[in-house]
Amino acid sequence: MQTLTNKALAVQRQPMTFWERLYLINIIKGMMITFSHMFKKQPTIRYPEQKREFSPVFRGLHVLNRDEEGRERCTACGLCAVACPAEAITMEAAERMEGEENIYREEKYAAKYEINMLRCIFCGLCEEACPKDAIYLSETFAPANYTRKGFIYDKNDLLIPNPLTNAADYAKAKGVQA
Amino acid sequence: MTLLSFDWALVIEKLILIVIIVLTTLLITLYTTFGERKVAAILQDRPGPNRAGPFGLLQPLADGLKLIMKEEIIPTSASKWLFILGPGLAMTASLMTSAVIPWGTDVHLFGRTIALQIADVNIGILYIFAVVSMGVYGIMIGGWASNNKFSLMSALRAASQAISYEIAMGLALIALLMTTGSLSLKTIVADQAAGNWWNVVYQPLGFIIFFICAMAECNRTPFDLPEAENELNFGYHQEYSSMKLGFYLFAEYVNMIMSSAIMASMYFGGYDLPFFDETTVAPNIAAMIGVGTLLIKIVLFVFLFMWIRWTIPRFRYDQLMNLGWKTMIPLALFNMLLTGALILAKL
Repeated sequence: MQTLTNKALAVQRQPMTFWERLYLINIIKGMMITFSHMFKKQPTIRYPEQKREFSPVFRGLHVLNRDEEGRERCTACGLCAVACPAEAITMEAAERMEGEENIYREEKYAAKYEINMLRCIFCGLCEEACPKDAIYLSETFAPANYTRKGFIYDKNDLLIPNPLTNAADYAKAKGVQA
Repeated sequence: MTLLSFDWALVIEKLILIVIIVLTTLLITLYTTFGERKVAAILQDRPGPNRAGPFGLLQPLADGLKLIMKEEIIPTSASKWLFILGPGLAMTASLMTSAVIPWGTDVHLFGRTIALQIADVNIGILYIFAVVSMGVYGIMIGGWASNNKFSLMSALRAASQAISYEIAMGLALIALLMTTGSLSLKTIVADQAAGNWWNVVYQPLGFIIFFICAMAECNRTPFDLPEAENELNFGYHQEYSSMKLGFYLFAEYVNMIMSSAIMASMYFGGYDLPFFDETTVAPNIAAMIGVGTLLIKIVLFVFLFMWIRWTIPRFRYDQLMNLGWKTMIPLALFNMLLTGALILAKL
């Protein structure tokens, strides 16, 4: 019979020899294999101390961006909420008052901005939809929490630190974005 | 110091020795459970328990605490007293073996000569066999009292396995006794320590048989059929919880340490450190070196047990019985005949 590949092997049907039937030799061989594994490098990443390197295109937790003067970019247009296939984003818009020009970039801003991290599928469509470059996905993921409520991230959790008043944290957050 | 014709100092001395040996055994057992997990992890390229304390060294304490804090459940249909007796008996039987093991040479303290052996019985080996057979009762009673078909089947397996392998074990030991000419463990070890070759040189086949049987007696993989999870859920301790379960699990490890100690004493010279003349140091220091040597030998054997456990899969039950009755017993008989013939030829 012609075989499809050259990998085919005939099944061995002859009875085992005396040494094979003893098993002891094969057991010792097996034990040598397990023993050699004592000196192998462990692939384990000891999580809280060590963290896995993410690829540059990793899509993690959302960050609400500010411009270089520290003003919030988001104008609460709602395009991200529309784009979101998991309907994880809710927001409420408000009008910028006199004297708030240094906080909000445009005349309209998001008074409330919440993302439910349990619903979010981290597809990044909100990032694609945003016309103001206000939202992007960072390289961290949502840490564990005891309650479902804890996974609803509001504006305080999402906003990037102010580059003017808190430059160090801002740089750190930016660095994660890469 | 003789009151009621008792040597009270001897009683106190032995009591202290018993307490020390039992406590040390339990402490070592505690860390054997940790060692088991660590060895398993390292053989499988994992780090193993490393969270509780430095290098995870407090892990056994955490495990023990967890077991104690668990709710104690006695099933309503269980036979209550036997249910409680089972784990106690298993633990007692496994600890009792330590009575005849010589842990070292004599120590001279407070003007007394203290033998580092709880009882130098001249039928030490027979005593060990009696106690090892007792261990089956712990499992049997626990399995039967649980009133659970899986526990009962597991207990039956354990009992028949232990009985089958005890025969080969005994026959392997008879060959050893023919060469040593003594049933006392102290004499056997002293003979090996006196500069002779270790008994394993005279009895290599006997040692292999004894080792395999010891593994079967301890219900260790590849002979852990009483605990075959995929067939029996959990085994004879299925209905047990809290520290009663802990006792069963612990007894298994104590058994392992004890059989390692027996193997080290009978085949590997016990407390004898090779290529070292004990007469060159003070007798007390020599005794301590002896204790350390025996402990190292025990640890090596325990590691061997673990190494085998994490290498070889479990036998099927008919394979186990075939190996016991059709291979081990004839092999042990052959070993006995061969030893007898060699002794006759030499004379």
